[in-house]
Amino acid sequence: MIGYLLSRIGQAIGVLAVMSFLVFFGIFAIGNPVDMFVSPQADQADIARATAALGLDRPIWEQYGRFVGNALSGDLGRSFVHGTGALPLILERLPATLELALVAMALAVLVGIPLGLWAGVQPDSWIAKAIMGGSIVGFSLPTFWVGLMLILVFAVELQWLPSGGRGPVTVMAGVPLSITSIEGLKHLLLPACNLALFKLSLIVRLTRSGAREAMLQDYVRFARAKGLATRRVIGVHVLKNIMVPIVTVVGMEFGALLAFSVVTETIFAWPGMGKLLIDSINLLDRPVVVAYLMLVVLIYVTINFVTDLAYSTLDPRVRLGGASA
Amino acid sequence: MKESTPLMRFVFAYRRNTVAVVGAVLLALIMAAALLAPWVAQQNPYDLGQLDMMDARLPPGSAASDGRSTYWLGTDAQGRDMLSAILYGLRISVFVGLAATLIAVAIGVLVGLTSGYAGGRVDALLMRVVDTQLSFPAILIALILIAILGQGVGKVITALVAAQWAYYARTTRGVVLVERGREYIEAARVLALPKASILLRHLLPNCLPALIVVGALQVASAIALEASLSFLGVGLPITEPSLGLLIANGFSYMMSGKYWISVFPGAALLLTILCINLVADQLRDVLNPRLRTD
Repeated sequence: MIGYLLSRIGQAIGVLAVMSFLVFFGIFAIGNPVDMFVSPQADQADIARATAALGLDRPIWEQYGRFVGNALSGDLGRSFVHGTGALPLILERLPATLELALVAMALAVLVGIPLGLWAGVQPDSWIAKAIMGGSIVGFSLPTFWVGLMLILVFAVELQWLPSGGRGPVTVMAGVPLSITSIEGLKHLLLPACNLALFKLSLIVRLTRSGAREAMLQDYVRFARAKGLATRRVIGVHVLKNIMVPIVTVVGMEFGALLAFSVVTETIFAWPGMGKLLIDSINLLDRPVVVAYLMLVVLIYVTINFVTDLAYSTLDPRVRLGGASA
Repeated sequence: MKESTPLMRFVFAYRRNTVAVVGAVLLALIMAAALLAPWVAQQNPYDLGQLDMMDARLPPGSAASDGRSTYWLGTDAQGRDMLSAILYGLRISVFVGLAATLIAVAIGVLVGLTSGYAGGRVDALLMRVVDTQLSFPAILIALILIAILGQGVGKVITALVAAQWAYYARTTRGVVLVERGREYIEAARVLALPKASILLRHLLPNCLPALIVVGALQVASAIALEASLSFLGVGLPITEPSLGLLIANGFSYMMSGKYWISVFPGAALLLTILCINLVADQLRDVLNPRLRTD
């Protein structure tokens, strides 16, 4: 176990190192942000001064070395555009993104598991077929298109919900939240549904196939023969056994949700870090782009790592460290 | 008894699902419309000489101010016929999606064949890379590449290829691992055929069914991914107005009830993706040897 843990941590650090290398050299190899900061009348001396001020006159290896050194102490550079630290800039927007992603994931799980159970327990009913048909549609629709349709129907035509923005936030324990007020919830609902749809379809399909498989097992037959109510058989015995893959996927997909929030945040003008990324790419604000990518990769690698560990704890049959296929 | 070729058997098996047949026919029509856009569209939406600002933002079904044509799907802010713009946009979207898929297949197959056939350390290393990449969502990979490369047709295709090649590498390797133990491969080895010939002429054809199925599904997701990137404003440049860009352009008019500028390009995108998925689904059933009933 310790050996597996160490090799897994080593692997995670390796991925981070490779990513930092690719991202840093890739992003610094293109474009010259100095052009954006000096006026068109600037002479050579002005340009040289601006370049030096941004630290871009140093050899690229030195810049990378400094970047890694600073990154390890939590400093990912300063935004060219905002003039503040890139990391604080992103962290400031992290709560909005996390809140959106958490609510979306909760929606996907709370709606997806019951629907998936239904479709798995009574696979031939028309409701099950409708659920499965819906999940295929949920898979094929691009996220941004669903977002547009939600806005068109609920904000423009019906005018029930706001079309964008975060609305008022309440600060709880230093974290601004939308979920605590009615107005905030109204702003949160559409983007959360938008972000949840894809994961919802995934969880429905996963739960259904898990439930179908479990329903044929001996333990379910025995539980029934014992005279347990169907509700209890499904709610306790079946559900418990299909939780392992679901927990894994929920964990893995949470990182994907953070990445996909780029699209949802842009459509709904949600002030999270995804929108910051798109703005920064367009403004050639390299430090913010690098910091964002490094942070998301870090979050991603961490989530995968934790999910792997959770998986092995939940399912004693999973043997770690042995021969992997 | 009539002679039956593999192609006839395939067509026969495919035809059994009516919905899939409808999907295939629609898809053929969409592809034809995309390919022939300059000849079937009633105007060239990017030739400013053919646009009339008096016709800007007309709802669907309006007559053009010259009285000679009808804008069946309305016009956009520049007085562009939406139907023509959609046909041209479809052409760009389909081209980018197909080009990215073909390149990704080529790279993926090469890696997959090498990995599966070589085995050992090469295999372990290549698959470590593939697995690591597959653990990241495609859109994140694409965004990283776009952030690095910047905008442009070639760059978007590169980003799509980077996001997708690993799927083909995995698929190909999976088939090669199964096939390389078979007798015909042993026979080919005993005959001392060159490695390249064993890989390309004996192993590759057996990977094709699996690759076609994965490829068909991935074309759809490549098109969707390009549309998402273009919608976000980090994909294709405005000189290459794909469906994603058309949708983005109409977004701001949607709030004022001018839905058609966004909705119709979106519907075209959706229909294309849906048809590809329907066809891919049926291909998977037909080409899956485990389900074959010869």
